Amino acid sequence: MSMQPDGRYIDNAPYDPAIDLSAIDREDMDASNARLVWRKFRRHRLGLISGVFLALCYIVLPFAGFIAPYTPNERSADFLYHPPQDIRFWHEGEFIGPYVYPTTAVADLENFRWSYDVDETRPMPLQFFCQGSTYSIAGFIPSNTHLVCAPVGATLFLWGSDRLGRDVFSRILYGAQLSLTVGLIGITVSFALGIFFGAIAGYFGGALDWTIQRAIEVLRSLPELPLWLALSAAVPSNWGPVAVFFIISIILGVLDWPGLARAVRAKFLALREEEFVRAAEMMGARPGRIIMRHMLPNFSSHLIASATLSIPAMILGETALSFLGLGLRAPAVSWGVMLNDAQNLASIEIYPWTAIPMLPIIVVVLAFNFLGDGLRDSLDPYKD
Amino acid sequence: MAPLISVEDLTIGFGASAPVVDGVSFEIPEGRTLALVGESGSGKTLTCRSILRILPGAAQLRSGKVLLAPENKDLLKISDRDIRDIRGNLISMIFQEPMRSLSPLHGIGDQVSEVLCLHRDAGRRDAKRSVMDMFDRVGFADPERTYRSYPFELSGGMRQRAMIAMAMVARPRLLIADEPTTALDVTTQAQVLGLIKDLQRQTEMSVILVTHDLGVVANMADDVVVMNRGRVMEAGPAAKVLSTPGHGYTRRLIAAAPLIPEVAKPANASGVADPILEMKSLRKTYKLRAGGWRKATSVTACRDINLSLVRGQTLAIVGESGSGKSTCARIALGAEVPDEGSEVWFHGKGADPLPVHDLARTERLRFQRQAQMVFQDPYSSLSPRMRIGATLTEPLEIHGIGDKQTRKEIAAERLKWVGLHKDMLSRYPHAFSGGQRQRLSIARALTLDPQLLICDEPTSALDVSVQDQILDLLEGIRDRMGLSYLFISHDLAVVSRIADEVAVMRQGVIVEQAPPDTLFYDPQHPYTKALIAAQPEPDIARPIDLALVAQGAGAPSSWPEMFRFDGQSAPDLRETSPGHKVRCHA
Repeated sequence: MSMQPDGRYIDNAPYDPAIDLSAIDREDMDASNARLVWRKFRRHRLGLISGVFLALCYIVLPFAGFIAPYTPNERSADFLYHPPQDIRFWHEGEFIGPYVYPTTAVADLENFRWSYDVDETRPMPLQFFCQGSTYSIAGFIPSNTHLVCAPVGATLFLWGSDRLGRDVFSRILYGAQLSLTVGLIGITVSFALGIFFGAIAGYFGGALDWTIQRAIEVLRSLPELPLWLALSAAVPSNWGPVAVFFIISIILGVLDWPGLARAVRAKFLALREEEFVRAAEMMGARPGRIIMRHMLPNFSSHLIASATLSIPAMILGETALSFLGLGLRAPAVSWGVMLNDAQNLASIEIYPWTAIPMLPIIVVVLAFNFLGDGLRDSLDPYKD
Repeated sequence: MAPLISVEDLTIGFGASAPVVDGVSFEIPEGRTLALVGESGSGKTLTCRSILRILPGAAQLRSGKVLLAPENKDLLKISDRDIRDIRGNLISMIFQEPMRSLSPLHGIGDQVSEVLCLHRDAGRRDAKRSVMDMFDRVGFADPERTYRSYPFELSGGMRQRAMIAMAMVARPRLLIADEPTTALDVTTQAQVLGLIKDLQRQTEMSVILVTHDLGVVANMADDVVVMNRGRVMEAGPAAKVLSTPGHGYTRRLIAAAPLIPEVAKPANASGVADPILEMKSLRKTYKLRAGGWRKATSVTACRDINLSLVRGQTLAIVGESGSGKSTCARIALGAEVPDEGSEVWFHGKGADPLPVHDLARTERLRFQRQAQMVFQDPYSSLSPRMRIGATLTEPLEIHGIGDKQTRKEIAAERLKWVGLHKDMLSRYPHAFSGGQRQRLSIARALTLDPQLLICDEPTSALDVSVQDQILDLLEGIRDRMGLSYLFISHDLAVVSRIADEVAVMRQGVIVEQAPPDTLFYDPQHPYTKALIAAQPEPDIARPIDLALVAQGAGAPSSWPEMFRFDGQSAPDLRETSPGHKVRCHA
């Protein structure tokens, strides 16, 4: 620091006029976009937790049969509408590991229903890595080893049993396999259509754009629920559960794409004005190449975010259809199918646990929304 | 003179990193203008915003005081309520983007009078009277009409005037102008600067002018603070700092400022021409869809353009925004189709001339290999998702040149040409500064070994010192490789050093065309004269001649009889002396 005699201030720290042209200007930005997004996303606590939770859910899906103590359609005819059982560890002040009490069904002739007597004198320890009914891992590796089974002579209904004596907890696990994947398949269909139509509308504009826009408007003006109903009613009733499942996911996807196509089109219109796109045009790149190499990567992150935000809609759609009895049908198990059993108000009042499948729906849908929010917030890592 | 505001040891930082404003101190005397000069990233904007406490959320004030006379209250410490009383009242601010700093949904009059309602408890009628008076002073011809109009009805310059009126209507003691003219055309800039100066003289307020342009400083400031990387490099009276800069950084800034040269004699008319690009009676009309059942209106972006670019030379098109210069460039590259009857011919080396707008796909690819473009905005011209290497090899891939290894070698070589290291190939563009990105953009344009480069304002988004380097680079490459440039710019001073021929455009037509030396020696058209006069130069002795600017920058119908034109009926472009064409009546 120095004051000159003429009242002027001049900094006297050494000044080097030479500039290193290749020096990195922003150290903090010296990473790929994915890394930058991740750095920002990491700080979004709720989104991160939801992401981890959902990842776990999907990892567990193929092994649902292993974790579930029962298979989905395994009936315990003596235990209809069995209330949820607790797993206990201490018996008469002594630690004996996880166990359940056996129960016996008693006909309640006053209310005309079964009630269950708990025999608290006989703790029955749970069995681990035990042999049970046969299921297949990921749909093709047959196995009969379960993580946990009911002890011989007792039952293990963590969340109760339903009208036919099937374990609600096991069915929720199996139901997740369909309910969670219906969203993925639906979103794939919706994305393929949405990106294709949105991209050509946005990139080429003109009459093509006009036609696609009008088609989208027509599609959006159709009342959604009756349309779903009509389409699923058209599915032949003699088709197997898997075929129905695919058709339902595709129906959900086909009806979902217009929203996405609009988003894609808007983004394309904006991106088309970016100079790097013009540069690619001037280099002689064909439209296909420009769209695939220059434009799509630049909003793939937006796509991922909007995908995570539309999967819940798919899941809810499947649930709604199945709940109304028009989606998946027994013997297929999904959360919606399970709720179908809970349609009767009286039965929910008496057997509240039959409505438990609502819980995973709420949790999963919320998790997807939080994850989507987190992603959307961290998509633009170049800001501030 | 007692300081109105003194900033002491101000330090601002983000997160855990080193401060971006580091120990800055200065004083603003009552009634004087202080210029905060520096390049982007120097912390000048943060410094001036901290006075009003409008820093971005993530910024931390680490130390410092901002004392406001006479009570010497520390503006950084007083309550939010107190600072609100000061904002717009004692201290007001003008922002850089006139297009975004007015609310589009409110009338100009209402927006401006809001200040009075907030701080003066003025009634509607009183407020309106003061606002109209202010509108009159900032140079609105019809204050009543302006009062009722909405921002979209006004041009950029007019909006900035409205912003100034808003800032001044409460008679603040300090006006902070953050790059008030950077987004404006040169001639408009001159007029807005003149206005701020007049108002200051009348009201005796103090002004903090934040700018990167030493030319603006020389025209406006009494005192200068030169900032670099958050620190004050040099501070003192403007005359002394500009005439005998004491710090190396100030010297570099002054050296980099573009000047319009003093020319002793006109250029000699050149002999036979070997054109690489010819544009003949170019015209482009855009149809504006009016919507509904109304008839579509058409707008002529440019017309009657006859230009020819000599091989190995630089042809510059100069004009304000909306003059049609960029349309010309896009047409020249074939990116835009001109109206019927227009011709653009490209003469490749040793090949038949190609009609740019009538090419088959393969011919078109061949043309694109030879003609490439450098864009204006270094931040949007590189795809943020592609590594530098992929960006540079992309043109080679499109044209199927070489295998993977050769492409990579070519990319590395082009990086070397533009002065960058080949380590950059694996990085992403967002790690680099604007100047570096512009170099990358040039390197990309060079990968195909073009003969013609179209530069669309390649330096107007850059700092002065970086602009200087990029111009050096472009000149070097042109001379070494025998390239021809079509150079689009709004800045005559930039053009003066690089161009061999300059065409000045206004409202879609060329008003004057000559080699730069001839143009600066003997500018004939009033608009050219206005452009030259409006150029701010870092020389206290050469102030902007506002009268000349005002005469030339007005509507073409207000030009002197000889040059006047109205709408579509412009006079012809005639050659007044060899190689010097002026659009005038004979």
